[in-house]
Amino acid sequence: MSEKTFAEPVLVPNQMTPNNAVEFNEEICNGCNKCIDYCRVDALMPNPIEGKPPILLYPDECWFAGCCAGACPHPGAVVMNQPMNQRVGWKRKETGEYFRVGMEDHPEPCEMFYA
Amino acid sequence: MSKVNDIQTMNAIKWPYPVQYGKTHEIECDVLCLGGGVGGCYAAMAADDAGVKVVVVDEGPIIRSGSAGTGFDHWHSVATNPCSKVTPAELTEIYRTPRGWFHGPFSVSHVRFIEAMESWDCLLTAEKIGVPIRDYDDHFKDSIWRDDKTKLMFAYDVDKNHCIRFKRGAIFKPQLKVELDRRGIEQYEYVCATSLLTEDGKQGGRVIGATGVSIRTGEFYVFKAKTVILGMGQPTQNWKFHTELNGSASGFFDPNWTGDGAYMALKAGAKMMNMEQNDTFTEPGGGFRRPMYGVGDVHNTWYGAIIVDANGKAVPYVDAEGNEIPPDEYERLYHGGWTYEHGDDLRLTPRLAEGLKTGEWVLPLYADLTQMDPLERDALWGIMVGNEGKTNYPVLKMYNKYGFDPSKDMLEVVTRNNLEDYGLPEAWWELETWERWRSPSCGCLQFVDWNLRTSLEGLYAIGFGIGTNMAAGACTTGRYAARNAAKYSMNVDAVPVDQAQVEAEKNRVYKFAQRTEGMGWKECRAGMARVMQDYCSVTKGEAVFNKGLTWLDTIEANELNTLYARNPHELVRCIETENMLLVDRAILEASKARKHSNPWLSFYRVDYPEMPEEKDYTYSMTHMEGDKWVVEEIPLRWYLQGPYADNYEDNYDACSAIDDED
Repeated sequence: MSEKTFAEPVLVPNQMTPNNAVEFNEEICNGCNKCIDYCRVDALMPNPIEGKPPILLYPDECWFAGCCAGACPHPGAVVMNQPMNQRVGWKRKETGEYFRVGMEDHPEPCEMFYA
Repeated sequence: MSKVNDIQTMNAIKWPYPVQYGKTHEIECDVLCLGGGVGGCYAAMAADDAGVKVVVVDEGPIIRSGSAGTGFDHWHSVATNPCSKVTPAELTEIYRTPRGWFHGPFSVSHVRFIEAMESWDCLLTAEKIGVPIRDYDDHFKDSIWRDDKTKLMFAYDVDKNHCIRFKRGAIFKPQLKVELDRRGIEQYEYVCATSLLTEDGKQGGRVIGATGVSIRTGEFYVFKAKTVILGMGQPTQNWKFHTELNGSASGFFDPNWTGDGAYMALKAGAKMMNMEQNDTFTEPGGGFRRPMYGVGDVHNTWYGAIIVDANGKAVPYVDAEGNEIPPDEYERLYHGGWTYEHGDDLRLTPRLAEGLKTGEWVLPLYADLTQMDPLERDALWGIMVGNEGKTNYPVLKMYNKYGFDPSKDMLEVVTRNNLEDYGLPEAWWELETWERWRSPSCGCLQFVDWNLRTSLEGLYAIGFGIGTNMAAGACTTGRYAARNAAKYSMNVDAVPVDQAQVEAEKNRVYKFAQRTEGMGWKECRAGMARVMQDYCSVTKGEAVFNKGLTWLDTIEANELNTLYARNPHELVRCIETENMLLVDRAILEASKARKHSNPWLSFYRVDYPEMPEEKDYTYSMTHMEGDKWVVEEIPLRWYLQGPYADNYEDNYDACSAIDDED
């Protein structure tokens, strides 16, 4: 067994869902809360600490439309995540390599048409 | 409450908005639009054009709310555009043909005619407010489905040219919001409408306003209006309950479509059509599959995609006669995979099922967009898939972020369970799902006359809720209904609201927030969805329906009676849940009343398997008298029978209120 230490065991609910349908990057987000007013189901709440990212309070209600991320004026501050069971893959024809949504080691994005 | 919930509650923080349950705002207007989707916005603009005061109420943010709020890739029924080769009446009849549209003979043709008459005008309005409806930059100059003179781009049936492709449907709704703001139209966002107010508080009386609750502050709204336009969609979640794990497969239509509009109309005494109709076509019901339009496919938005097997061998398409189309004739695929007369006249060869067994083709299959003509690829992936409903971010942009390149990559096709069980090629039609998880399809509709007025004075209805077709249907009926509503509002006086009715509604909606423990709305919704799956889905029959109603009775007396809300957000979800139960009842009562089976309604009763001839088809009409349910029948073509004229054009001329527009 490795010599690494263990985390302190705690009595904590293990929620069934990942609760990260929408994820904020605290380094980039300045808490402007614009995304909150684009959410169709009002799943995002303002953070009680001013300047901090909104709280995704109701991930179960997320429609996964990405309205929040699309509205964000600070690129990279908020991204939408598909849960793992919804990540789709593809095969690069020339090389036969298989890539999918959610991989860290993926090809560079190409230019998008009418995005 | 469980101990685990206690642990979580210990860390709860103060609600971020100032909550004032019961604080009442009173707003007066001539025309009240309930629902601010594209239809509600077009209604508001038309009422504003007519010079009356209009107010829009939406449970979400109008800049993105509604089923078309995040985009669309094509615009239907443009029968009067300069390139069209079909008249509105002809198109309306085509929609009634067996494969013309999924409603078939149950198509609500007077509504569809209105749609076909005004679809092009509504597009021109869109263009005026900054929505790109043409190929301005000539990117598709050489494409067979682009008209050089008008620069319009057509989809699907490119022989008749009545469906227009959009390059950037995802910006449509934000542009509408800009226009509403520019006009100074009063908008109430994040307010959930909860009931209709009627003259003297009487069921069946003239509709004179509505109530609402803020999902953020819990405050109460009383909207006093001379006339009300209902644009709140259809009840789509009665069979389904989603969690985060469903991802963007969680539903194609607006998640706020919990049937509140149907609830409100039924409670007020309005008549609704075909409550018993439900099937799997209109929405990928269960949400147990992949992001919508996000895997390789051959139908609808994916027409023209070339499907190959694991070794790159193409799976040929066949035409309507079953002839395989050789790859060097694939241009035919782009020339409209779908004509309304023939339906899906291009599909994969039925030999695929056998070929997979013999090894002629090898799983898995891929959609090979790399082989496509580059312009066609731009259209399929960039325009169509990239803006089809909510695909712009979760498919187009997300796949791009992870490096998907349609000119280099082949997207996987996900096959469904046992291919033999389902038959090919429908087997892997991505949007289909298990039969139990259903949507109303062309059912659960507000009954509307040629004015788009419901059975109640002062109440009009638009959009999906009356059987129209997508964004074009919502916008056309929105502005048509608003013209009539505005005209009506100019000729009537405002009526004071009945305070007892308002108080009763306050008691109804706030009780959930006055309880401190009990059942959460999610468990209740999941339970109610199971009742509908078990007792009003695949297996239908009198005993089954009765069991379903018994279950609803017991839920109402037990679990629903303990539903509790810890903040205004949960409060609105509880209200919606209670509303859904009444709509469930209406669906079951209408199901009981239809004593035969009908494939068009996906309605198969074990106790009444007989199928009537088409000439004997009827709509069911459901309404409430007190707490009692009344279900009647009316002929399908009632809108071309007395007192109406026997043709679409004369009725339209008499009722479209066009003269009042100027």
